[in-house]
Amino acid sequence: MFIAVSLAILITMGLALARALTGPTTYDRIAAVNMFGTKTVLLIAVLAFLSGRTDLLDIALVYALINFIGVVAALKLVTQKNFHSSGEKERKVE
Amino acid sequence: MIDILINITLLAFLAITSVAIVRLTNLFATIMLFGIFSLLSAGLFVVMDAPDVAFTEAAVGAGISTVLMLATLALTKGQKKSHEEDYEEKPSRAHRPWLPLAVVGITGAALVYGTWDIPGFGDPDAPAQTHVARYYIENAMPETGVPNIVTAVLASYRGFDTLGEVAVVFTAGVAVLLLIGGKRPKSSTSLKGDGGQDET
Repeated sequence: MFIAVSLAILITMGLALARALTGPTTYDRIAAVNMFGTKTVLLIAVLAFLSGRTDLLDIALVYALINFIGVVAALKLVTQKNFHSSGEKERKVE
Repeated sequence: MIDILINITLLAFLAITSVAIVRLTNLFATIMLFGIFSLLSAGLFVVMDAPDVAFTEAAVGAGISTVLMLATLALTKGQKKSHEEDYEEKPSRAHRPWLPLAVVGITGAALVYGTWDIPGFGDPDAPAQTHVARYYIENAMPETGVPNIVTAVLASYRGFDTLGEVAVVFTAGVAVLLLIGGKRPKSSTSLKGDGGQDET
């Protein structure tokens, strides 16, 4: 059961990696990286149950948080070209 | 069995990602692939039963350094674009990388040869396990009261070392903030002009 799940996750990781490598647009790559991070979280969770070390679930949580922050940072860079403007105010100025 | 399969697959993904990082010319895609690389190596650390290292790798490699590289890219993009085209084309044709390739190949072969003498993964007779590890395993809990031995070593036995590391990381963080976070949000009125450096 867990073995089948981990195989499926590995295949999905491969597909996401292929999209990140070939992805023609920036958003393809961001989506691929986000999905890859999600699959890493799932893989670690499955590994935790597979090896009986459920304390690994904490690491999966940390990964989920980091993945979120990274994707938000990447999207902020793509849409605003910088990190120091808040977004809303800039639009009013323009 | 399934552990070996996961190990091999993750390592293959890691190799593919690193080759792609070398080959790609789009800097944004390279940073994205660096994030994937960190996630993959952190996953490998988890598979190899080193969750503490995986924590660090995920937080520093996938989290902070991705954000910092993106911030650097945001600051330098204007200058980089024009450079990039003529920078990429010339060296790949004129330059012959046989000598560096030979050096890298020989060094890699020497390193692989060196791994033959390394004790096996998780070998109880390895020098790393017999020297001070037994002391920590037996005495960490009664001496420090910290249930995780790695945390006990880092935060209690090597407390001063960790304090020094924290000072170094703090200094590096301040330096990076001074370099990257130059513009203040308050100077948004002067952002349109090129010289938006109002030092308050």
